[in-house]
Amino acid sequence: MTTRAVSMRTSLKLAVVGVGLLLGACSSIQPWVKPYERDRLADPIMSWNRDAISGAYLDHINESREGSRGATGTAGGGCGCN
Amino acid sequence: MRIFPRHLSRLAAVATLSLMCSAGAAVLPDDRADAFWSSYKGGGMNITGESVLVRKKFSEQFSAQANYFIDKVSGASVDVLSQASVIKDERKQKSLSVDYIHDKTQYNLSYTNSTERDYISSTTHFSLSQDMFGDLTTVTLGFTDSRDKVGENNGSAFKPVIAWLGHAQSRGYEGGVSQVITKNLIAGTTVEVITDQGLLSNPYRSIRYRDAVPLGYSLGTQVYPNTRTSTAVEGRLKYYLPYRAAASLSYRYFTDTWGIRANTIELGYTQPVANKFIFEGRLRHYSQNSATFYSDLFPFAGSQNFEARDQNLAAQTNNSIGAKMTWAFAPEGFLIFKRATATFDVSRIQFKYRAFRNIKYFNDTPAGGGYKPGAEPLYAFDAMVYQVYLSMFF
Repeated sequence: MTTRAVSMRTSLKLAVVGVGLLLGACSSIQPWVKPYERDRLADPIMSWNRDAISGAYLDHINESREGSRGATGTAGGGCGCN
Repeated sequence: MRIFPRHLSRLAAVATLSLMCSAGAAVLPDDRADAFWSSYKGGGMNITGESVLVRKKFSEQFSAQANYFIDKVSGASVDVLSQASVIKDERKQKSLSVDYIHDKTQYNLSYTNSTERDYISSTTHFSLSQDMFGDLTTVTLGFTDSRDKVGENNGSAFKPVIAWLGHAQSRGYEGGVSQVITKNLIAGTTVEVITDQGLLSNPYRSIRYRDAVPLGYSLGTQVYPNTRTSTAVEGRLKYYLPYRAAASLSYRYFTDTWGIRANTIELGYTQPVANKFIFEGRLRHYSQNSATFYSDLFPFAGSQNFEARDQNLAAQTNNSIGAKMTWAFAPEGFLIFKRATATFDVSRIQFKYRAFRNIKYFNDTPAGGGYKPGAEPLYAFDAMVYQVYLSMFF
């Protein structure tokens, strides 16, 4: 067996172990912040964008005077509070 | 005459779509009605905006939102003034959005139409958000399609003669993750790639080039590439402080195929007082370099394939400071309303350009101060933005 073949087999084994560990980790993920601990996150002051028209208006003012655009964050909302 | 900066209609539509999609996944937001008024003054422009928004749940799974926005503009920006014309225009924007929830997935479909007399934009947006990992994580995927018709007013502000010049199309692909880190800390990241095709220049903005005329320069037509692709990545954090207040931090990096690189950083602080008031302060810093084909003064006409002198593409820095007060004037509600708030918001923005010169009053004539072309002062201005709105929750 050539050195290259040994190296490939080792890499393959490592990949299988790595994927296994990742899958194992996924299956054991437990919510580390329990639903009854999310009252602070559910407080309106923790909202990314409390007033929609105002947030969109300020984004618009910036974007119409700058060369950049996009990924202003307001579309990716959700705090997992429900 | 279309007085708004290039792509204003589309930008407004996309901003509105952000508005439509700002709800968290898997739970529909409260029914509400908003009446909104705004004022922007700066750089020779006066823009007032009025808007009405109504959001209504028809079941625990389905809600709809309608928004109408009208902008009225008067005045003239520095580049328009350099061509000796005054502007007056209005933009009307109508939006409709529906949300549907199934289990832990929220679907959103929105349509926005924005009309100025020389610019028409139609934008369709679809997104879905999925809660996962014990509802600690929300993943959002979105797609936006925008189609614009671009025109130019060859008449006056009061007697418009519109020439339709062409079309532009834009597609945006967005992915976002919002993650609960601890019971006090939430983080989020969003990536958005936008591609444009078509007529992408602002017909009201011109290049200037050195010329053997008394002024020392002449103005000419901008020539833009007909495609553009941009990528923006934003990361943000929000932290709940021990005494019921919140602090936020966000950073965005932007890059595009026109050679623009931009950085944005924002800080925010929210402080409720006595369950009747919420005070908010924010700071924002923005910086970008110039597009590769931008120049304030070209050596001669046609000196390169693509030529632009749109201030949006010029190297610039701006800093904003803002304050907002929300007053719950009817916390117990009245008539059909559960509660009602009034909000006052003020921002001051300082714009400083590093590669765009003010040629409004300055030129190489005795009356203009005797500046040589290319040696005029760099352009800078301050803008004030006011917002007042009533929000009724029912």
